[in-house]
Amino acid sequence: MKSICLFFQVHQPFRHRRYRFFDIGNDHYYYDDYANETILRRVAENSYLPTNKLLLKLVKKTDCKFKVSFSITGVALEQFELYAPEVIKSFQDLAETGCVEFLSETFSHSLASLKDKAIFEQQVKLHDQRIFELFGQKPKVFRNTEMIYSDSIGAQIYQMGYKGMLTEGARHVLGWKSPNFVYVNALNPRLKVLMRNYKLSDDISFRFSNTNWSEYPLTADKFTGWLNKLDPKEEVVNLFLSYESFGERQPKESGIFRFLEHWVQDVAKSKTLKFTTPSEVLNELQPVSVVSVPNPISWADEERDLTAWLGNDMQKEAFEKLYDLRHRMTFCSNDELQKDWNYLQVSDHFYYMSTKFFSNGEVHSYFNPFDSPFEAFINYMNVLSDFKIRLNTVTPENELEQEVAALQKLIDEKEKKIRKMEAELQRFQKPKPRKKPAVKKK
Amino acid sequence: MKVLMFGWEFPPHISGGLGTACYGLTKGLAGLKNTDVLFVVPKAFGDEDQSVIQLIGANKIPVAQKEIFFEEAGKKMDYLEVQSEIIPYVNEEEFWNLKKQRMTSNPRFVKTTEGLNIEFSGTYGPNLMEEIKNYALVAEIIAQDRSFDLIHAHDWLAYPAGIAAKNISGKPLVIHVHATDFDRSGGNVNPTVYAIERQGMEMADKIIAVSNFTRQTVIEKYGIAPEKITTVYNAVEPVFGRKKKNLRKGVNEKVVTFLGRITLQKGPEYFVEAAWLVLKKMDNVRFVMAGSGDKMNEMVNRVAHLGMADKFHFTGFLDADDVYQMFRMTDVFVMPSVSEPFGIVPLEAMQADVPVIISNQSGVSEILNHAIKIDFWDTYAMADFIYGLLKYPALSGFLKKSGKKEVGGLTWQQSAQHVRNVYASLLNM
Repeated sequence: MKSICLFFQVHQPFRHRRYRFFDIGNDHYYYDDYANETILRRVAENSYLPTNKLLLKLVKKTDCKFKVSFSITGVALEQFELYAPEVIKSFQDLAETGCVEFLSETFSHSLASLKDKAIFEQQVKLHDQRIFELFGQKPKVFRNTEMIYSDSIGAQIYQMGYKGMLTEGARHVLGWKSPNFVYVNALNPRLKVLMRNYKLSDDISFRFSNTNWSEYPLTADKFTGWLNKLDPKEEVVNLFLSYESFGERQPKESGIFRFLEHWVQDVAKSKTLKFTTPSEVLNELQPVSVVSVPNPISWADEERDLTAWLGNDMQKEAFEKLYDLRHRMTFCSNDELQKDWNYLQVSDHFYYMSTKFFSNGEVHSYFNPFDSPFEAFINYMNVLSDFKIRLNTVTPENELEQEVAALQKLIDEKEKKIRKMEAELQRFQKPKPRKKPAVKKK
Repeated sequence: MKVLMFGWEFPPHISGGLGTACYGLTKGLAGLKNTDVLFVVPKAFGDEDQSVIQLIGANKIPVAQKEIFFEEAGKKMDYLEVQSEIIPYVNEEEFWNLKKQRMTSNPRFVKTTEGLNIEFSGTYGPNLMEEIKNYALVAEIIAQDRSFDLIHAHDWLAYPAGIAAKNISGKPLVIHVHATDFDRSGGNVNPTVYAIERQGMEMADKIIAVSNFTRQTVIEKYGIAPEKITTVYNAVEPVFGRKKKNLRKGVNEKVVTFLGRITLQKGPEYFVEAAWLVLKKMDNVRFVMAGSGDKMNEMVNRVAHLGMADKFHFTGFLDADDVYQMFRMTDVFVMPSVSEPFGIVPLEAMQADVPVIISNQSGVSEILNHAIKIDFWDTYAMADFIYGLLKYPALSGFLKKSGKKEVGGLTWQQSAQHVRNVYASLLNM
């Protein structure tokens, strides 16, 4: 029996407002509340709420034969709390059925895994804590931001206590191998790796409503047929999708919800296919081979690499300048600064600065609040400049400055002392000239 | 195919982008197979670059007697009476004498020099309208006299010449819209100019616009059928081995530059306002407004009024070499044009490794990716981008590098190929 591992990513960034350089040092609020609220409300109403409702119905109808997993970023959860608390409630309803698994990831959907182990770990812990508070689950499986994965990230993830990790079944990594098996990490074979079947995943999330697609229209029968036609030896089909695919990228009118409903019921009835959560896959299936990924991969664009976030000099500069502050942030206990620090790390900010869309448009401009990558860069750097100014008032820039500050303090004290002593000295000297005129007067 | 082309100016005697564009385009066309261009300007000075095309000045065309030039030297020269209805007159007395004679058809009279040539200044002087008319008369003679397949006229000054040539020869006419009076006047069009432009567009068999922005103006304001108009973008001549004078900035400060005519069309006031916003926040930066124009005094006053005259400089008109030096000193180039049909200057700036900010209301913004685009009126955004480019070296570095690469891909050969496609469609080739 072939396992179908269905996973959804839920993420919404806190978008920055137009932060002009006049605001630096004057205005410390960085967020576009209006855009954040309207976009979140729209996506919640078009996608999250109706899909959750449908999933709950399907779980109950199929008697828990339908299983699904989610990874919801911390920043998305915070936005739900602010603008659409009913979405959290609907996820909690799903959690209660026991057929839904929540995965671990970084709290702010950040790229920290590429920069700093300590920060990365801290963010993951923060996220797991939130998930436990809200859904009562301790995540066992890890899913990094945008499916970013490499051998070393995988090894670290195992050390942090996770059994498995999801990533992209990138063609340049797998080569002739099929993504439809369980693999293990090259540095630490105890970490299992699930590879996304991008062909079948993208058939739903990108191509579903594309009328130019040769397979249009995609029906539940057809899709189940494809799954059954796969090599019988293959064990698991990993369908990892962005949750907005339902109702937002593929609008309701395209029939995506009816497709989902019928397809899920088809699989639930099937003798050859079954739904499984990532944890169950890791427990049930034996890995077949090592997958070697020396350079990080992701699920973005044709290249499946990091160039969507760290492709040009602007992105690299912003990324470096942001994480230059990381050591000082560890000493910072100011809540507001910590919050802004989390939001600054959201990978979307770097995505907006991508110049790749000059050649392959559409996807990058989707949900992008900026007209150009240059605008995105300047805006981000302006925000970062202000953040730095605030941080400086809490913790001085570096050790040297701290030392200078200490020495300056010492000098000030000594000078005070000297002035005091001089005054004293003068007092001792003064009586003499005073006496003389006093005598003369008499 | 042979193309008879009418322009108004040709390098090095130019006052703006039109001459540069004509030169680049003809040079590009000359590089294509089976395309010969005969370029006519009102006044040939003799020092124009004629290595690739043949240039004739309308002021060198005798009205009654026509000298025939042959392509290759060594062939015999011949004189030919031109059958023309134009009757030249040298001075008033002679004019009256001529008038007393009996005329068969309806002749027109035109003032000529002793050599029976018509005088042209080739500039935009007070007798512009008369010159345009005379230019058309000479065009008629040239058209009668030469063999060619097609007529191509650049901008409204040359439209009457193109029309005249079409009427006499029956060959198809292409007009090339580099600008309309709506760009120049900011909406208050001169009715005479408008009439000439519109007549040219209506008489033309095909219209080439330098951008979709201009194409839209032609459709909307002149009521021309969209299918008659093709957009062909301008390009920029590659610069090779410009000698790099060791130029050192006098001050260790950033320089932000505006370069162009200081007229309503170019939006200089928005640059001034943005400069003021930037200077409020930043100290080590200077602003330069290079060029001259009817709004210059107003700008000087405004700068003084804002109290930033020590940081804001005016250079007056700059020639080609000075422009290049100016770019080498520049850290950011801004073109805040209110209505710019194309705009070659940003391309030149990008060639010189200068990051550019251009307005969305310019044709060049349709083809550039590695330039920052703003609305001309959005001085806050403009100021923000200036600040960002000066403050965050990663951005300016990226734009310099990729901008130069991008501009390297915009060649006149490509533009010329598009123009040739338009020709081919007219000649059913």
